[in-house]
Amino acid sequence: MNELNLIPASAEIFLAIAIMAVLVAGLFVQEDSHPMSHRLSLLAIVVTGYIAISGFGAAGSSYTFNQMFVNDPMAMLLKLFACTATFVTLIYSRQYVLIRGMLGGSLSGEFYVLALLTLLGQMIMISGNSFLIIYLGLELMSLSLYALVALRRDNPISTEAAMKYFVLGALASGFMLYGMSMLYGATGSLNLTQVAAAIAAGTASKTVLVLGLVFMVSGLAFKLGAAPFHMWAPDVYQGAPTSVTLLLGGAPKLAAFAICMRLLVEGMGALAADWQQMLVVMSVASLVIGNVTAIAQTNIKRMLAYSTISQMGFMLLGLASGVFAGSTAEATASAYSASMFYTITYVLTTLGSFATIMLLSREGFEAEQLDDFKGLNQRSPWFAAYMMLLMLSLAGVPPMVGFYSKLSVLQAALEAGQVALVIFAVLMSLVGAFYYLRVIKVMYFDDAIDTAPISVPKDMQIVLSINGAATLVLGLLPSPLMSACLRAITQALAS
Amino acid sequence: MQSTIPYLSLAIWVPIVFGIVVLAVGSDSKAKLARHLSLLGSLVSFLFTLPLVDQFDSAAHGMQFVEKSAWIERFNVFYHLGIDGLSLWFIPLTAFITFIVVIAGWEVIEKRVSQYMGAFLILSGVMIGVFCALDALLFYVFFEATLIPMFIIIGVWGGPRRVYAALKFFLYTLLGSLLMLVALLYLYAQSNGSFDIQTWHKLPLTLYGQILVFLAFLMAFAVKVPMWPVHTWLPDAHVEAPTGGSVVLAAIMLKLGGYGLLRFSLPIAPDASHYLSGMMIALSLVAVIYIGLVALVQADMKKLVAYSSIAHMGFVTLGFFLFGEMAVQGGLMQMISHGFVSGAMFLCIGVLYDRVHSREIASYGGVINTMPRFAALFVIFSLANAGLPGTSGFIGEFLVILGSVKYNFWIGLLAATALILGAAYSLWLVKRVVFGEVANDDVAALTDLTSREFFMLSVLAIAVLWMGVYPAPFTDAMQTSVTDLLQHVSISKIPQ
Repeated sequence: MNELNLIPASAEIFLAIAIMAVLVAGLFVQEDSHPMSHRLSLLAIVVTGYIAISGFGAAGSSYTFNQMFVNDPMAMLLKLFACTATFVTLIYSRQYVLIRGMLGGSLSGEFYVLALLTLLGQMIMISGNSFLIIYLGLELMSLSLYALVALRRDNPISTEAAMKYFVLGALASGFMLYGMSMLYGATGSLNLTQVAAAIAAGTASKTVLVLGLVFMVSGLAFKLGAAPFHMWAPDVYQGAPTSVTLLLGGAPKLAAFAICMRLLVEGMGALAADWQQMLVVMSVASLVIGNVTAIAQTNIKRMLAYSTISQMGFMLLGLASGVFAGSTAEATASAYSASMFYTITYVLTTLGSFATIMLLSREGFEAEQLDDFKGLNQRSPWFAAYMMLLMLSLAGVPPMVGFYSKLSVLQAALEAGQVALVIFAVLMSLVGAFYYLRVIKVMYFDDAIDTAPISVPKDMQIVLSINGAATLVLGLLPSPLMSACLRAITQALAS
Repeated sequence: MQSTIPYLSLAIWVPIVFGIVVLAVGSDSKAKLARHLSLLGSLVSFLFTLPLVDQFDSAAHGMQFVEKSAWIERFNVFYHLGIDGLSLWFIPLTAFITFIVVIAGWEVIEKRVSQYMGAFLILSGVMIGVFCALDALLFYVFFEATLIPMFIIIGVWGGPRRVYAALKFFLYTLLGSLLMLVALLYLYAQSNGSFDIQTWHKLPLTLYGQILVFLAFLMAFAVKVPMWPVHTWLPDAHVEAPTGGSVVLAAIMLKLGGYGLLRFSLPIAPDASHYLSGMMIALSLVAVIYIGLVALVQADMKKLVAYSSIAHMGFVTLGFFLFGEMAVQGGLMQMISHGFVSGAMFLCIGVLYDRVHSREIASYGGVINTMPRFAALFVIFSLANAGLPGTSGFIGEFLVILGSVKYNFWIGLLAATALILGAAYSLWLVKRVVFGEVANDDVAALTDLTSREFFMLSVLAIAVLWMGVYPAPFTDAMQTSVTDLLQHVSISKIPQ
């Protein structure tokens, strides 16, 4: 009987306890705004993040729960950013959520509890080394997100979005589970290390493996929001209350990246030739659909949803460039770390852009149309400047950090010999640049229609400033984060 | 040689820091503070570039004022700066033009003054960074970063079609640059993980590889220069931009393309440069002659000067691809002279526009009667634009024509037609706008130059005449670097 080593899972255990504390504490709070739940959640996230990242410098991979749970540098780094993303989201959402009746009354402080549960689900996904644990984390995150999307019960659009998300999401989870069951049948184990060994040994039937792989990749693509499994994204991003869109569009991408790494790279690395082809197709489709359709959008949340699809296309390009004829371990690690860096910087940038939308929204008024941004430079130059930095980062214009993430992925793809794909991706970036520039154009070049003063709570102002400045600072000094990602991936591949 | 005081870093970051400070000034209620602060900032930045000229060693080979420190270890990218004879004079030119532009925008810009001035200061620092960068990725970051302030400047303070012009400018230039990025990554792989430009200069490449790299770089630089047929963004951008924006665009930003050709295309792909020189010469001649003719028929003053800029830059690229010492030096001299002259022409047009609010030539006539001082300066600049001996415009054109006659008589003949065309459109513009009887009430009501306007135009006139009469400081500084470059380009890099 193995000794039960709880240390690698200490962050998750702490978070689980904290969730229960927040849930119970919420019962005793009288004010609708639930300040105590808010502060407790923030505290819980800070401590969880600290526990998660401790020992990053010297760590190797440590397994626990019968090899089903792994805590390696990649997991630590991704968990840290998942915590940061959720922390930032909760700060941005505080005022918004209160005004829209998602807090207090019969709902109590459940917004915070659900948000923390999504974080817990993400952390479990990131650390999963077994099909079941990954699925467990995935479902925990997804179910919490479905509930969050539906939290604004009086709004028919949100309810519709929640229904769409739930049905399609359940379908995708089903796909993934089906794929996992086929892989279990072929390899005889749920544990990813043993699955990888079985595939490498050649004992598994290739047909069954590839079939399982196809289903699993479909499920993964849905969670990422990659074409052709992207149809839920625009409707759900637009329909969900903006604070939930933030929760949807930020940290879950990190978790989705993590399970791509675990399942595809670590578990089925031997089948790389197969899933890389699928990823290339999805990447091309995402780049085209995301960039071209975004041009036609007038609703900025929808536009950002399509932009997410195209960004995921770029990210998949990095994942698809890891293994090629004559690839060295360094080239493989650099390709995956490029995708990781891309995902992390994308999440940081997205948080800021949706935050600006929340900023402009007031009681009874959602600032969702592109026209609501008109003349933002006249109303508030600072927020226009942040939004400009964020849009330029998403477009990949130097010196913002988005440029370096695109550069890394392109370099990895070029090294893999995918010249045509690189030129195509570059041209799609140009197409993409247009709609990001359009946001800047609307903010700076047009006169303001809506001249109401923008009231910003102090904490949101500080965090938004840091967020906006981070895209510039990380752009001037991208090296530490890049090196951290490389180290994380190298260790993950080595174990 | 390693420098003790980081002059280049100062030249880059001082204007950027001043720009950020000016931006922080914020609202228009403190516009006076913003203006004075930016004047101080641009002056200080200009003074910081003077030691570069003073301490530059004309006889030395290689890069001077070198600064190198690690930046992005992951990609082996360094913060590597340095200048040689090719890039030296662009740096004080940039800082000087920025100073002039701040003065030019003093009274005209009334809305969001701090953002206007801040954008120009930041742009100035970033452009200087392009000229100093010795690491390809650093070059690219600075090169692209120039787009952002210019996009805002055209879009916020520009003319009626400013949004179209700004978007066209940004996307057109971005397309070229993105293709250049692919070439940079290719060279990074070929050189086993180095972004160092000087390493790439020595890197052997097959002819096929060189042609691909050359064409990719050409996409970026041809749009920037601009060369025919990818020049169509320039008339729109120049016309719609505010006066200061047009000045910076014409005076400096076009030179980024020419400089890129010298720093990247020629030395990294010399065999391809020779192989494709026929095409480059043909495109340049088309720009010189055809665009010269187009300039002749323009009814809008700014558009005329915009097309004349394209024609002048055609001369520059012609000079570069003749591979002769005189021709290349001529091209460089033309770039610097054009910086002064076109900047001055746009400022003159700006002076008229501030009063009458029309750029149409038909709105003017006989300006000399009411604005004699202005007319004198405008005539000087137009003559410089035409390439009159004694003005800076002559040196570059003459050297390029000499170089092209040496290369091939007929090319020389075609190039020489530029003198005729240049004189034609410049002098005809002057005749229609300045000379003759007073054409209408607007002209009759004109007031002559204010002391501010007189100061900025006369400073430019002095620069133009000084360079025309005494070009030695410029040519001496360039001599060694041009010789080294041509020697490098004459040796084949194809691995045997």
